Amino acid sequence: MSRVRIPPQLRSEVGGAREVPAHGGTVRELLDDLMDRFPSLRPQLVEDDDIAPFVNVYLEGEDVRTLDGLDTSVDHGSTVILLPAMAGGL
Amino acid sequence: MPNYRELLQQIKSEIDEVDVTQARDLLASGGRPLVVDVRELDEWTEGRIPGAIHIPRGSLESRIEQAVPDRAQPILLYCAAGNRSAFAAKSLEELGYESVSSLAGGYTDWKRSGLPTELPRTLDAAKRQRYSRHVLIPEVGEEGQLKLLDSRVLLLGAGGLGSPSALYLAAAGVGRIGIVDDDRVDASNLQRQVLHSTGRLGEWKAESAKRTIEELNPDVEVVPYIERLTSENVERILADGWDVIVDGADNFPTRYLINDAAVWHDIPLVHGSIYRFEGQATVFKPGDGPCYRCLFPQPPPPELAPSCAEGGVLGVLPGIVGSLQASEALKLCLGIGEPLVGRLLLFDALETEFSEVTLRRDPSCPVCGDSPTITEYVDYVEFCSGRPAHA
Ligand SMILES: [Zn+2]
Repeated sequence: MSRVRIPPQLRSEVGGAREVPAHGGTVRELLDDLMDRFPSLRPQLVEDDDIAPFVNVYLEGEDVRTLDGLDTSVDHGSTVILLPAMAGGL
Repeated sequence: MPNYRELLQQIKSEIDEVDVTQARDLLASGGRPLVVDVRELDEWTEGRIPGAIHIPRGSLESRIEQAVPDRAQPILLYCAAGNRSAFAAKSLEELGYESVSSLAGGYTDWKRSGLPTELPRTLDAAKRQRYSRHVLIPEVGEEGQLKLLDSRVLLLGAGGLGSPSALYLAAAGVGRIGIVDDDRVDASNLQRQVLHSTGRLGEWKAESAKRTIEELNPDVEVVPYIERLTSENVERILADGWDVIVDGADNFPTRYLINDAAVWHDIPLVHGSIYRFEGQATVFKPGDGPCYRCLFPQPPPPELAPSCAEGGVLGVLPGIVGSLQASEALKLCLGIGEPLVGRLLLFDALETEFSEVTLRRDPSCPVCGDSPTITEYVDYVEFCSGRPAHA
């Protein structure tokens, strides 16, 4: 099991939780597990069977795009951060 | 017990002395020593050897380690005639400095030989007092404060993030602050936009900011731009010359536009954004780390990207994130420390937690990548309005 940090923009999709547990040996499995339970997350995270270009997924602080993308293997107990682009400044 | 003259002779026999010709050659050589002027402030202000730093003899031992942490760094000391610097050289050797020499004949001989000198710029008495807490910090000092007074920082937005940045940059004595904002002060701004006040409702934010800043620090020149940054005006605004840009915009088109402009003009961009209880900050430094497009190649579809106007924001949050941006901007102006390049700092006010993720430059980035495909301004509103059709 890993811990997935949910950004404030997406918390309403997961019942307000700041962090939710998810299972999977790869980023793909982990996101699938998450999106199976919270289907409204899917359009916010995935596009054309890849991570959407307006969101970043960090595994232990590293962008998984710079690793093996969705196929990046995830160790038990990892921390994953979902980070959509955020424009607010005012 | 030796008298002064005997002691001086003894010290001079124990240290390495160079005459002006040797000193000139040393300074032209590859292993150029750091030149330290150990005279008093009034002597230093009348002229110095170019590139010298100033540490008066009386503070030398206490300040040298901050100024020169590396004991192997060669040091050339001088005073007016070569006596104070001889004692100073002895003292530095005792502190473990390995390569110290003293200029025989001192500044007097140097100047008499027709070698170049320069007048150091100094803070006047009023500025010395106003910025005394900066001057006391070895990493800033008088030189650093003069640098800040010469610095020019452009702020996008005089709102939540722009307010604390503007106030702290102005208080710090950043000489010129540009403010781009096309909005007027609204009652709903005052919960967090501390540049403005109840009496300013309805005023242009850029004008209100100018008044606040000028009251805080008359050393600062404020250049208000009462307009929204667009592809049409960005070149004109950047032509006014800015060393650092602080992005406190509230929308994606402006963020992509200023990113592209900053890359093309090679200006570091201090990024910040906020939403509810959480904020982010990073520095995009062209040629040294990623740009905003490396981080987010595309903006989210508008329906997936709530703004603070829609989602709200804790009033103090921009105070924290905007202050971080000001801190990064000051470091960039001064050329000190480790800027937030290649690192995205995440702050969660509700948990009081800072975390950091690594950002890398994307070699295929359309703007800062190895073969850029976007080389001129595009229609940023259109770019951010919806998703281009998929192939
Ligand atoms: Zn880039």
